[in-house]
Amino acid sequence: MNTPTLPRAAGAMLARDLRLAWRRRGDTLQPLLFAVLVVAMFPLALGSERARLAMLAPGAIWVAALLASLQGLDALFRSDAEDGSLEQQLLAPVPLSLLLACRMLAHWLTGSLPLILIAPVLAQLLFLPNYLLAPLLLSLLVGTPLLVLLGSTVAALTVGMRRSGMLLPLLALPLYVPVLVFGAGSVMAAAQGQDWLGAVLLLAAGLALAVVLAPLAAAAAIRIALP
Amino acid sequence: MLAVARLRFDRNDERVFGPLDFVVRAGEALLVTGGNGVGKTTLLRVLAGLLRAGEGQLQWHGEPCDSLPADGIAFVGHLPGHKADLGGIDNLRFAVGLHGCRHGVSPITALAGVGLAGFEEVPAGRLSAGQRKRLALARLLLSPAPLWLLDEPYANLDRDGITLVDRLLAMHLGEGGAALITTHGAYAAPPVRARELLLDTQIPDPHDLNRGDAVESA
Repeated sequence: MNTPTLPRAAGAMLARDLRLAWRRRGDTLQPLLFAVLVVAMFPLALGSERARLAMLAPGAIWVAALLASLQGLDALFRSDAEDGSLEQQLLAPVPLSLLLACRMLAHWLTGSLPLILIAPVLAQLLFLPNYLLAPLLLSLLVGTPLLVLLGSTVAALTVGMRRSGMLLPLLALPLYVPVLVFGAGSVMAAAQGQDWLGAVLLLAAGLALAVVLAPLAAAAAIRIALP
Repeated sequence: MLAVARLRFDRNDERVFGPLDFVVRAGEALLVTGGNGVGKTTLLRVLAGLLRAGEGQLQWHGEPCDSLPADGIAFVGHLPGHKADLGGIDNLRFAVGLHGCRHGVSPITALAGVGLAGFEEVPAGRLSAGQRKRLALARLLLSPAPLWLLDEPYANLDRDGITLVDRLLAMHLGEGGAALITTHGAYAAPPVRARELLLDTQIPDPHDLNRGDAVESA
């Protein structure tokens, strides 16, 4: 094994990030706990009336997933920039965008996928009717990777700053709006007996576009932002 | 191996270094010396392609190029370049996946080669500063790249560590590699064919002192 190939480099990057997530599993699970707590606030604030909670459930779970996806975004590239790992990735004889795509995938696998797995429980917490579970899970499955791709691109833009603080959410949330509208909207449409697949397909189209463009944009942003 | 002509770098319209002319030949080390803030690190980062030069021509093996090929250089800078939460062996395996591997070397032998045998699974964050530097040097031992760009490789190292850097350099240059080394101290005297490039803010011309076959054992 002399020269690095694209699959090998991608595999090494993915393996490193998953191993890091496992080593810091306490930190990795924080977004999940955060989302659970946000959802648990709704019955406390709105009372335990079934019909009202069921009506709000899709939106509440989607907002919780969206806020959770912001967690850890700030450190995604900054931690690598601070310890010099990012320099080594820039200098690797493989495209930076490929490595960043692997990092985004790892971020989704460790941050968003557990949330999707636990979403049926959250749905029960808010009395979401069972027939709406499929639209909810499908919209989350298509929508959350899109959130990660958009958020990572913004995170790449702020990597040159010492601390981005509120700037990252301020920049990312407007970009999240269409995803939220179509994601939560598809479940709402299903609740009203309308065709809900259209909104999910639109999300899927956005995802296909972002999978190609977001790593390229993030790579360009990092090259500019790194001092 | 590498020829540089009229290389210049400006930051906010202020000259950082240059214009510089120098060559690095196979089997030879170029020591970039000069006080703090004369642009030694910047020069290395420009050559590595992390910064874009304001002006100048690069030649790699006689071919003009915009930047040096990524598989031709190995860079060890001030930052450790490995994850504090991962063990030394995991960090090196990742480096191999990203940068490739020198023939006949494995992450385990590379760790042993820099004196970190027995520290394979210890998270890099729990190593001492000198041991972390050794872990970064292990990356060099693994890298198949012919040109090493080393930023202050002697910093944070004990006497054995300095000998280790010299030994690695001698091995690499003996195999036909080359190295560009920044240093501000006079203690950097690798027992290899080395020349000196003095960076100075006052005098923009490089002083290319031929040190010949300076053989000194540290």
